[in-house]
Amino acid sequence: MSADRPRAVAIGGSAGAVQALLQILPALPHTLPVPVLVVVHVPPDRENALVPLLADRCRLEVKEAEDKEPARPGVVYFAPSDYHLLVEADGSLSLSSDELVHHSRPSIDVLFESAADALGPGLVAIVLTGANQDGARGLLAVARAGGTAIVEDPETATASVMPAAACDAAPGAAVMSLDAIAAHLSDLGTP
Amino acid sequence: MTDSVEDLEIQLLLEALFGRYHYDFRNYARASIKRRITQARQNLGFASVSALQASLLHDPATLAALLGYLTVQVSEMFRDPSYFRALREKVLPHLRTYPSLKVWVAGCSHGEELYSLAVLFREEGLHERTLFYATDINPEALRAAEAGVYPLDRMRKFTENHQKSGAKTSLSDYYVADYGRAIFDKTLRSQVVFSDHSLATDAVFAEMHLISCRNVLIYFDRPLQDRVLGLFRDSLARQGFLGLGAKESLRFSSHAEAFAEFVRDEKIYRRREP
Repeated sequence: MSADRPRAVAIGGSAGAVQALLQILPALPHTLPVPVLVVVHVPPDRENALVPLLADRCRLEVKEAEDKEPARPGVVYFAPSDYHLLVEADGSLSLSSDELVHHSRPSIDVLFESAADALGPGLVAIVLTGANQDGARGLLAVARAGGTAIVEDPETATASVMPAAACDAAPGAAVMSLDAIAAHLSDLGTP
Repeated sequence: MTDSVEDLEIQLLLEALFGRYHYDFRNYARASIKRRITQARQNLGFASVSALQASLLHDPATLAALLGYLTVQVSEMFRDPSYFRALREKVLPHLRTYPSLKVWVAGCSHGEELYSLAVLFREEGLHERTLFYATDINPEALRAAEAGVYPLDRMRKFTENHQKSGAKTSLSDYYVADYGRAIFDKTLRSQVVFSDHSLATDAVFAEMHLISCRNVLIYFDRPLQDRVLGLFRDSLARQGFLGLGAKESLRFSSHAEAFAEFVRDEKIYRRREP
């Protein structure tokens, strides 16, 4: 672990990401010392069914992010559908209705770029399975800001396009299986 | 977090924008304004935010270009149809009891929300007695709102939203198609005052029965959100209504007690008796 203590985890995924999150998030301890911020592409008109789905299975609190809410350790925040989720310099969360990025709102790039800017080396960012390029630019921003960049192994991901694009954009990113990602995150609290 | 050089540049740019032109973005939520400024800097071809600032100070043309990036929101007509359905079914029955009405669309951008309300009020027989105020800080957005012209390919979505709002007519009754554009009926804006007004710096200008301000507050930091909610409180008639965006609320505001939740799920509030 680097000298900079992690201050937040950001996770982005698209096609197949719900299953991947069901493997990662329920494995995390309730003592996780950082907030987890999640962007998953879902159809814009659908209510976010992911929150209740995961809340039932996680030891962490799971909720939809609210505008200008401070991000608390041990809480998983999902971007609401049809809004971008951003991180402010003081660690609070913002929503925006700005234009779609990669045909998506929320967009992983928007979350990762703002979080990289706000948290620098204190950010751990993970790109999961997906069938488009969102997240690649964001992961590069995370790596450039000194944060930890992780990508789900494209070989075993449900959809390889997104993790492969992220690996191309940020070649230094660590490639891990879902179990390894869960283990890595669980260890964040351990000195 | 220590400020980077770029953060300092952005702070200075916002000061320049205020000092030179009195556009006050200093209390906008920083993450999103920074993203927009970066986008403007890249697309306008400046090597740094400082270079953009120098041009801004000396060339008003840069102001217009920058404002386009900092303010323009692409919205939809009848975005979140359930909000408009709640206005139709729950708020308008109260408004109907007044002989004349004032409605303020604060931060009207290109006018999608304004025309939605104008159509809704006409369908419900209230249009004739209503004066609408449509305000924004961006003069180009106000011009676009006043023109009421949208790309024709957006009409499918607008129409779908309109139908879901409990429509009594067809949206196509209100526009004509012309070379890929939908031109809205100008009688919809016969009773609309389009005006430059800044929620960050300007004051109360009329007493309203309904204020609709959706997905504007999310761009502001907490102190500015609070200022604006105070402005809305002071602008509303007794028992007047305030509609916010689906992810906005009064919950964290010091003005929360001035309002009662009216339709909770749709973020529609009602001014309490003072």
